[in-house]
Amino acid sequence: MNKTEVVDIINGFLVEEFEIEDDLIQPDATWSDLGIDSLDFVDIVVIIEKEFGFKLKGEDMINVRTLGQFHEFIYQRQLSNQ
Amino acid sequence: MKRVVITGMGIYSTIGKNLDEVRDSLYHGRSGIGLDEERKSLGYRSLLTGMIESPNLKGILDRRSRVGLPEQGKYAYVATLEALKNAGIDQDYLEQTEAGILYGNDSSSVPVIDAIDLMREKKDTTLLGSGSIFQSMNSTISMNLSVIFKLRGINFTVSGACASGSHALGMGYFLIRHGMQDCIITGGGQEINPESMGSFDGLSAFSTRHNAPEKASRPFDRDRDGLVPSGGAATIILESYDSAVKRGAKIFGEVIGYGFSSNGDHISVPNVIGPVKAINTALLDAGIDIKDIGYINAHATSTPVGDDKEAEAINEVFGSTKPYVSSTKSMTGHEMWMGGASEVIYSLLMMNNDFIAPNINFENPDEHSAKLNITPKTIEQGFDVFLSNAFGFGGTNSTLIIKKC
Repeated sequence: MNKTEVVDIINGFLVEEFEIEDDLIQPDATWSDLGIDSLDFVDIVVIIEKEFGFKLKGEDMINVRTLGQFHEFIYQRQLSNQ
Repeated sequence: MKRVVITGMGIYSTIGKNLDEVRDSLYHGRSGIGLDEERKSLGYRSLLTGMIESPNLKGILDRRSRVGLPEQGKYAYVATLEALKNAGIDQDYLEQTEAGILYGNDSSSVPVIDAIDLMREKKDTTLLGSGSIFQSMNSTISMNLSVIFKLRGINFTVSGACASGSHALGMGYFLIRHGMQDCIITGGGQEINPESMGSFDGLSAFSTRHNAPEKASRPFDRDRDGLVPSGGAATIILESYDSAVKRGAKIFGEVIGYGFSSNGDHISVPNVIGPVKAINTALLDAGIDIKDIGYINAHATSTPVGDDKEAEAINEVFGSTKPYVSSTKSMTGHEMWMGGASEVIYSLLMMNNDFIAPNINFENPDEHSAKLNITPKTIEQGFDVFLSNAFGFGGTNSTLIIKKC
């Protein structure tokens, strides 16, 4: 999967599932900017597992603070899983 | 002691999704019963059930609030929205006062089963998602609605089997009466799905009159062959009289009596002495004479033994005055955890619209029901005071008495 496809999937579920407004979906948006709290993150783990077939762990995400970093993290992770 | 009144009602049931629809169904004696073919593949004896649509709350309620709501929680949310609107209570009022919630609920089967299935398959608890725990607990309705409506008062669920909704109202009545709360959202919710009812079906308690679903629930009738499970949600706004007057709220009725008892007997077979005690305690609490009761909304579920025992109990107390009696379960089926609350709403709709809803399918009495004044047809007559019974497994009994205000 290329980077654009990964970004589209992530942004797609943030808009559809989490009902985040389109204009908030920016690479430099933090979880807080997006209104994502610790409970929402549990649901993100569920969706990532369904969409990409691997399980996110909290410790992997310590340095992932923005949406752009999350896109890159998932992109790299799914490449290494292939 | 404070006076306790009802200033709001909301209903989402198999005979209507709001007060207007339900009032019309009650008046016309419409049944909400149908067949669920899925139950056949699960080995059910009975395919009969109350039929209801799940409300779509997307666009009405935010995602975080929706994620924690199971089926009966959605019903309860819709019913509560109607009840608050009906009461003229908005979100600002709830946030400025110390309103509470006491809701009846006694199961949440589907989220529990889904979580266990997923856990066994994935062997990873995170993958159950964030809403599972909030959907799974018996207190799911009170915990979700208290957050959605930002309530700051009393907050718990009453689990008293098929008397849950009635006991929730009774507890709310006590708290307001003793000056501890001014406004409480009360009610009862009940899930409708095959997962939750299989073990009850296994007791052979359900009707198998598959050839005529609308005739299957026939409380007090000689040829009844079991109850029909059903559900939905009913919300009642209880308020102190002083608070209602201060707000200029419309008052639909005043709760004047609550009686309860436990049979101290069999876990599923009812008796006469327990219900008689609950009825007499409620009458004593209300300080009224038996002749003042104009209508009794019976618990009668359409089981052979249950209806017999209740008929004996009603006759023992009201044999000399014979008020009108009907079981609205003849139309709705048995709404279980919800029934004690919904049947107060049904009775309030009758009292405020001057009619008595029929006990449909009451075609032939038996030895005990012949002694009661059961109406199989709609009666165009008002009444000022009614009594509502609700009984449940374990021998729990609850009786409420409500009068025009």
